[in-house]
Amino acid sequence: MDLIIEGIAKAIALIVTLDPEVLNITWLSLKVSGCATLISLFLGISFGTMLALADFPGKRLLVSIVNTGMGLPPVVVGLFVTIFLWRNGPLGFLEILYTPGAMILAQAIIATPIVTGITVASIQNLPANLKLQILALGASRGQMVWMLIKEARLPLLAGVMAGFGGVISEVGASIMVGGNIKGYSRVLTTATVMEAGRGNFDVAIALSLILLLLCFAINYLLTRIQQRERPR
Amino acid sequence: MIDTAMLLEARNLSVKRGGVQVLDVPEFYLREREVLSLIGPNGSGKSTLLLTLACLLQPITGDVLYRGEQIVSERSKLLYRRRLAMVFQEPLLFDATVFDNVAAGLKIRRMTRREIDRRVMETLELVNMVAFAKRSARKLSGGEAQRVSLARAFAIKPEMIFLDEPFSALDPPTRLALTEDLEGILRETGTTAIVATHDRLEALRLSNRMAVVSGGKIVQSGSPVDVMHRPANELVAAFVGMENVLSAEVQAASVGMLTLSIGKQLIEVAGNGSPGEMAVFCIRPENVTITTDNPGGATSARNVYPSTITRIIPMGVYNKIWLDCGFSLVAYLTPQSVGTLHLEVGKQVHVSFKAASVHLIRIGD
Repeated sequence: MDLIIEGIAKAIALIVTLDPEVLNITWLSLKVSGCATLISLFLGISFGTMLALADFPGKRLLVSIVNTGMGLPPVVVGLFVTIFLWRNGPLGFLEILYTPGAMILAQAIIATPIVTGITVASIQNLPANLKLQILALGASRGQMVWMLIKEARLPLLAGVMAGFGGVISEVGASIMVGGNIKGYSRVLTTATVMEAGRGNFDVAIALSLILLLLCFAINYLLTRIQQRERPR
Repeated sequence: MIDTAMLLEARNLSVKRGGVQVLDVPEFYLREREVLSLIGPNGSGKSTLLLTLACLLQPITGDVLYRGEQIVSERSKLLYRRRLAMVFQEPLLFDATVFDNVAAGLKIRRMTRREIDRRVMETLELVNMVAFAKRSARKLSGGEAQRVSLARAFAIKPEMIFLDEPFSALDPPTRLALTEDLEGILRETGTTAIVATHDRLEALRLSNRMAVVSGGKIVQSGSPVDVMHRPANELVAAFVGMENVLSAEVQAASVGMLTLSIGKQLIEVAGNGSPGEMAVFCIRPENVTITTDNPGGATSARNVYPSTITRIIPMGVYNKIWLDCGFSLVAYLTPQSVGTLHLEVGKQVHVSFKAASVHLIRIGD
């Protein structure tokens, strides 16, 4: 019990004194996961909208695969990204293994199916005739797609939350492709694993607390936007 | 009949769904300023026809011509769609304010902010929704939402408007109010329109030509009065409100007059035919007269039958009365008349109708 109380006390101290290393780690976490989420939003919303609107044989299979991908184990993603980025791997020439770039890549791979899956569901949930109504209003195909995405913006925000929440809290891929290098590729989750392994529970608790606060703050913000728009 | 320039033509339209032919229209036309109603039961192909005419559904075969020009390329389809507007049964409003909804088509056309403001307010006035401009579209009632949907369609000043069962989902008073308003707007703006509906009164009220759609085909087309009083077949007859549709056999024929047998009864009607021919006898319930004593020679109606009342159902402004006069007949009477005549189930009455009020469909026509 003492361990937890001491840990929390230390944690608060680390946070209020704005410990430079903790700040650094937090900032990198935000940067890496933020970038990865942005990339996954771009890819996921484009691909998901296409998938929802197009009609082709094998569509159900593809949607099933995407939905399976929503639960992609980060360690598996980390493993394959590592193999691809390995010195003599197919993408070895990029020389980005053990860099934040590699972490962004891995996290984007984890988040994209999540955003895609939620986009497919959101777009398919719109009334079937809405697409025809928009076209009948004189919209070009591009305008139609954009208007549909705008219509699905509230459920899509859930996609943003799920995607960001998924990557900021994942550890398997980040540790494998980032290497947990101090001051360079160390993020909140990888640092927590390391500190806990060393028995520095106070620091581990501090880092976990920050992670929780961060997740809460961002989800709170997005939920506020979502609920404000929703008619009461 | 309207005799203006041809606006829309279609040839050999054919649409299949899952191998089943759902639309087969060899010929279709729409003249400028014409309001055409498509009537028919649910699933008859009205919506499919509208979507195909709007180039929102690609037919297997067939061409759509707008002012004589064939619409083929994607570009020409887009330009064509920008000349028309469509209103569906669901309002399909965007999750935005009423103003932004009505502005949607104008924004798509990249009009200036000033022009959009002016047009939106003008159109909201047309549908009596100015006070709602800043409201969220999600907070509107069904009727209000459909008014906004109408405004959104009319805001772009379309050359043609297609309405697909626009008021079917609304309660009767709201439906009536909206039908009246739509009629006014169509008249005021002179917009050419096609209205798909299964409500024949709505069709009568709005349109100057009526086409009956059944099984993906246009089975009859003509002036609404014509279609209502001279249905081409039994199905149309039943659909346009000829509640008495009975099969009959021609017994004797003289100049312009036929004697038919329905069951054991003989009926005199106006028409031509030869003995032995089968025909379908139709009469509108409002043309059936009920009297408590035998009218005999006091009436010009040629057909008088003693009958028994088998059922009376109040329908609001009229009562629906089932009669057994050797065959079964339905008549409409006001509740006042039912009261004055002391009509009740089991009562013996006399039923009469004029030979001229009967519409005969000859089998094989």
